[in-house]
Amino acid sequence: MNSGFVAVARRDLRLARRRPVEALLPVVFFLVACSLFPLGVGPESEVLRQIAPGIVWVCALLSAMLSLGSLYGSDYADGSLEQMLVSGQPMVVLVLAKALAHWLMTGVPLILVAPLLGLLFDMRADSIATLTLGLLLGTPLLSLIGGVGAALTLGLRNGAVLILLLVLPLCIPVLIFGAGAVAAVDSGISSAGHFYLLGALLLLTLAGAPVATAAALRISI
Amino acid sequence: MAAVLSVVGLYIGFFVAPTDATQGEAYRIIYVHVPAAWMSMLLYLVMAFWAAIGWAFNARLAFMVARALAPTGAAFTFLALWTGAFWGKPTWGTWWVWDARLTSELILLFLYLGYMALLESIDDTRRADQAGALLAIVGAVNVPIIYFSVRWWNTLHQGATISMTAAPKMADTMLTSLLFMTFAFWAYAFAVVFKRTCALILEREHDTDWVRALKGKS
Repeated sequence: MNSGFVAVARRDLRLARRRPVEALLPVVFFLVACSLFPLGVGPESEVLRQIAPGIVWVCALLSAMLSLGSLYGSDYADGSLEQMLVSGQPMVVLVLAKALAHWLMTGVPLILVAPLLGLLFDMRADSIATLTLGLLLGTPLLSLIGGVGAALTLGLRNGAVLILLLVLPLCIPVLIFGAGAVAAVDSGISSAGHFYLLGALLLLTLAGAPVATAAALRISI
Repeated sequence: MAAVLSVVGLYIGFFVAPTDATQGEAYRIIYVHVPAAWMSMLLYLVMAFWAAIGWAFNARLAFMVARALAPTGAAFTFLALWTGAFWGKPTWGTWWVWDARLTSELILLFLYLGYMALLESIDDTRRADQAGALLAIVGAVNVPIIYFSVRWWNTLHQGATISMTAAPKMADTMLTSLLFMTFAFWAYAFAVVFKRTCALILEREHDTDWVRALKGKS
């Protein structure tokens, strides 16, 4: 394991632990946003069960986007990002470490509370399992793709909104396959195809996104 | 030239070409719709191409061309969506269908808007050029993935919708008109993009001697 990778990942996690409330905000947002839908759509459990996977996925997407602003923003503000760039460590590795830390802080909690939301929406047990597994494959993708947007919009005036505009269209395939897997299980088909595609996307993004993020960081500083 | 070609194309399209047997007069919108849709996709690729060239050779002119392409591309995308909606109302009975092609065209519009918004919000032109180029390339890599996932999403949910690919055999006049309109849009795109590039160059080089000399003359 590269020492820079471990150091950056541990540093980010430690920073998050020092400010637990801030680290929990994306999950709370996720829960609040998901529970708004029954209020808007109506409490019929038949309808809710049908749209639940979509709601959970869209809210997961938004909550991952919400925390992207601080992914590189705080490091940029206090100058540590520049130190990382001139440290001589390969930037791609450091970017991967940041993405991993971001996923551990925002993605994993979402995966943990997703079954609870599934119960709230009265989903079947196997649908909940599929949803959780899909999130497990899909949320790292969101952290990786989001990193590109976060790096591009570093230090811009309206960065927070701009990230959404840049990254959301690129996340559409994740949303389609993630929510599609649950729909497939609901209609009695195997969800394996969706998972294979999500996995393929994850591998592709793992190869491409850190390179793009590193390039974007070099441009932005 | 663009104007002449489009006048010819529209004349053939609206007056010479026969009325479609099943769709009536409304089908004539395709003379605007189809070329606009073609151009919208093509221009994104051209934009990504110039962005890549600019990135690889650090050529400022290539960045400027890429930047100049974006508004035209977005305009064509919007035109394709708009005319598509007008065509869909009488033919399909609805303004909008969540069909794979419509959805991917809409996403393409979002990609254009994101690109333009990013360029607009970065004040430093060098950074804006490079960041925009990176985004255009990332977007171009993603376009096929998005397109196919959207197509699959659609086929998963609603078995058979109206397929636009199953084109009936076209009468020759229809094809001629369509070709004229396509060339007209090409000519328009070339003219507008080069004009905009020209403006960008003048704007960026506004304190060089040759621009001053130009200004002095006019």
